[in-house]
Amino acid sequence: MESLGGIIMYWVIALAIVIFSVLTVTTRKILRSATYLLFVLFATAALYFKLDYEFLGAVQIAVYAGGIVVLFVFSILLTSHPGDNTARLVSKKRVLGLVAGVATLVVAGWALLSRCAEMASRLPIMDNPSMHRIGETLMGTGKGEYLLPFEAVSVLLLACIIGGVTVARKR
Amino acid sequence: MIYYLIPSLLMFCCGVYGFVTRKNMIAMLISLELMLNAVDINFVVFNRYLFPGQLEGMFFTLFAIAIAAAETALAIAIIINVFRAARNVDVNDLNKMKH
Amino acid sequence: MDITIPILILAIPLFMFLLLGLTGMKMPHWLAGTLGTAGMGTVLVLSYITALTYFYGGSPQFIAENGERLQAVIFNCTWLQFTPSLVIKLGFLLDPISALMLIVIPTISFMVHLYSMGYMRDHHGVYEHGFQRFYAFLSLFSFSMLGLVVATNIFQMYIFWELVGASSYLLIGFYYKKPSAVAASKKAFIVTRFADLGFLIGILVLSYYTGTFDFMQLTSAPVDGMEGVYQISEQTAMGVKNIFAQSAAPVFMGASVLTWALVLIFMGGMGKSAMMPLHIWLPDAMEGPTPVSALIHAATMVVAGVYLVARLYPLYLMETASLDIVVVVGALTAFYAAMVACAQIDIKRVLAFSTISQIAFMMVSLGVSRPEFHDGIGYMAGMFHLFTHAMFKALLFLCAGAIIHAVGSNDYTDMHGLRKYMPITNVCFLIGCLAIAGIIPFAGFFSKDEILVACFGHSIFWYIWMSAVAGLTAFYMFRIYYLIFWWKEHKVHEGHHKPSDQPWTMTLPLVILAVVSCLAGFVPMGNLVTWNGVPMFDHVNFFTNLTHLNWSVALVSLAVAIVAIVIATVMYRKENPLPDRMAGMMPRLWDWCHHRFYWDELYQFITHKIIFGCISRPIAWFDRHIIDGAMDGLAIVTNKASYAIRGLQSGKIQMYVWIYLIGVLLLAAVTAFCLM
Repeated sequence: MESLGGIIMYWVIALAIVIFSVLTVTTRKILRSATYLLFVLFATAALYFKLDYEFLGAVQIAVYAGGIVVLFVFSILLTSHPGDNTARLVSKKRVLGLVAGVATLVVAGWALLSRCAEMASRLPIMDNPSMHRIGETLMGTGKGEYLLPFEAVSVLLLACIIGGVTVARKR
Repeated sequence: MIYYLIPSLLMFCCGVYGFVTRKNMIAMLISLELMLNAVDINFVVFNRYLFPGQLEGMFFTLFAIAIAAAETALAIAIIINVFRAARNVDVNDLNKMKH
Repeated sequence: MDITIPILILAIPLFMFLLLGLTGMKMPHWLAGTLGTAGMGTVLVLSYITALTYFYGGSPQFIAENGERLQAVIFNCTWLQFTPSLVIKLGFLLDPISALMLIVIPTISFMVHLYSMGYMRDHHGVYEHGFQRFYAFLSLFSFSMLGLVVATNIFQMYIFWELVGASSYLLIGFYYKKPSAVAASKKAFIVTRFADLGFLIGILVLSYYTGTFDFMQLTSAPVDGMEGVYQISEQTAMGVKNIFAQSAAPVFMGASVLTWALVLIFMGGMGKSAMMPLHIWLPDAMEGPTPVSALIHAATMVVAGVYLVARLYPLYLMETASLDIVVVVGALTAFYAAMVACAQIDIKRVLAFSTISQIAFMMVSLGVSRPEFHDGIGYMAGMFHLFTHAMFKALLFLCAGAIIHAVGSNDYTDMHGLRKYMPITNVCFLIGCLAIAGIIPFAGFFSKDEILVACFGHSIFWYIWMSAVAGLTAFYMFRIYYLIFWWKEHKVHEGHHKPSDQPWTMTLPLVILAVVSCLAGFVPMGNLVTWNGVPMFDHVNFFTNLTHLNWSVALVSLAVAIVAIVIATVMYRKENPLPDRMAGMMPRLWDWCHHRFYWDELYQFITHKIIFGCISRPIAWFDRHIIDGAMDGLAIVTNKASYAIRGLQSGKIQMYVWIYLIGVLLLAAVTAFCLM
């Protein structure tokens, strides 16, 4: 935590993430839930920017915020009636969910704190990965380069397009 | 580093909670996205702190985002289809598949 | 020689099989029949061209300068290569015996194709169910049989050997709704399978020692300067014998390993050619349609065993002990079958036993053949008899088919006195009987005479034995002839129409085969087919066979045949009590003959009482209670367990996630705790 500005930025981002995450899963209006998700995603993008991954942050905003959330909003509008609230949760189910969440928190948090607390407390110095370097890595075939996964993902996306069209098509 | 991992962990727990409690399938999907996002953050953070010279974590995140987009699109297609068939997106009503 | 024609000879029947088998059911009946017959007609023409080119073409590929006939490999392609030395080839070998078979098989097959167009429909012209299937199977059979005779190596022969077995099985069981036909087809298949086991072991032993499947490398030597041309060579066969003699264990249980191999191979031939004690399937095989009996179970397939021995004859010559076994088996079978044929009621059974007896004649002839005596006349006589027998036995079967078709029964008790109703069939059947009885100048006279000459040259005992069998042959054939066509006036049953000669598709083959049966004896076989390819006569004309007769033997056999015919005439020409009195005099003998010496009952006893009772039943018990029990137990446990955990599969996704999460967390906790 080097500069004061950095520290303030961090706290803003962290709080935003936590608060909006909680709101996302607790709000009873599904459209609001999607909106809070959007905020969480923005905060995540900011986190990426702060960690010097500008390209990733841009992708996060473009794909998640610009693509996925819009999809969510559309589907919500298609499937639910306006002004509908989800029914109040049954307490048993809520307890179940809380137990699951807290258990995850305890186990993972314990593992995290017991191992990573002292690790790499200082932010190492790193150059921003340049677009040139990202492009080379994405298109290369050598060690640590990603042409094959890239092609695999493109095939996957194509399959997904076809699948999406086929499944959602009106008969 | 731990300062970045803890918000991500909390986000993940929210995802778990949401996934288990919500009945609307779209809400479940949203919770799923939360969990996925938390994992993405972990990738990036570990990359940044432990291996600053390399790009593996970043690319994992990149591909995860792409796959998440694909998965969401497909899932929403299915949900809309289900909605058309059942006029409903309540997951509890969708246990016909077991038969 | 060009390879197109040989390939077509094999390819056309195969193509017809596929065509009729796959699309036959969509075709009208007449089209399927015509297609099959036309295909076979083409094969007939092509085979005649090939065989005549071989015998009379005079090409140096086929005949050496000194007149010796050579073996020509037209093509020989590698089919399967397992290792550099273990290669299975498919090829086309042209030599005297395969050229002879190229005449016999398509001739009979074509006649049967033509004949079946009439036979396989009833009196109102309605085709039998499965008519197209019938033609498809006939084509399959023709393909397999042709492939068998032109085989260049013993493994190819084995493959086609099994194929003819399979097509025979299919055709015997053609009326698959009739339980007796199904049983007969199974019997034929299983008995020949048992024999083929011996054949296979023989092949393996032979090829294990010699390292080859190739006939040419076993029995012939290449001719200098020409590729793919061989001549029969005793040196090569001697070399094979030496390989065995020099091996680590040249003797096994008192006989040389080569003898064992040859006897085992002969066992395969015994199964196919219905030699005792593996003959039991052939009489039952008459359950198939009569044209099939004529084609497969009289003329072609059943002589495959004879052909096999002839093919490996130079090797058999190296171990005369194996030839002696062939003689003994053949002679016993010939006598046995002739005895049984005298006491059968079903005319097809009579013909079946007659076939067994005649094939045994060929076997004996091969067995007594030695190069020292008349240049191996026995070999030539055996092949000659194969040729003539195919013609007249097919004729007899087709006549029987016509009679059965007209009368609607297999038993002579329903026939009697048909001569006025079916004159053409009468004449044809008479010609067949004269031919098989060995009356000059019909076909059987010449070939049988030469067999007897060969026997005479080998040992006087077998000569007398075989002459007696020849007499029996004449007797039972004329017995059945008189019982069908004479005996007493034919009784037309109420509601049945009068039997009459059959349509031209059925009569024409009869007439053609009858003419061939009259003339086939004059074929100068001694110049065409000999064991080493060297012709016997310097100069050939139409009467060669007549002028080279050994008259002392010929006159004796002629006399025996005529006496037998006279006895048969006395006993059966008119209705009289003589036959019954004869049977009454020797009730035991009659009974045994009538029941085929109880062979079937013996097999029944062995298989059911001994094998099933003492071996199979305990195994079945073990299988049912121990092995099945264990399997059932597994199934029951799985079933119970599934019912028990069925509740988990509720279909509620969130429940799954919850359980999954618990699992993951537990794992994570345990891992983390253990790694502390």
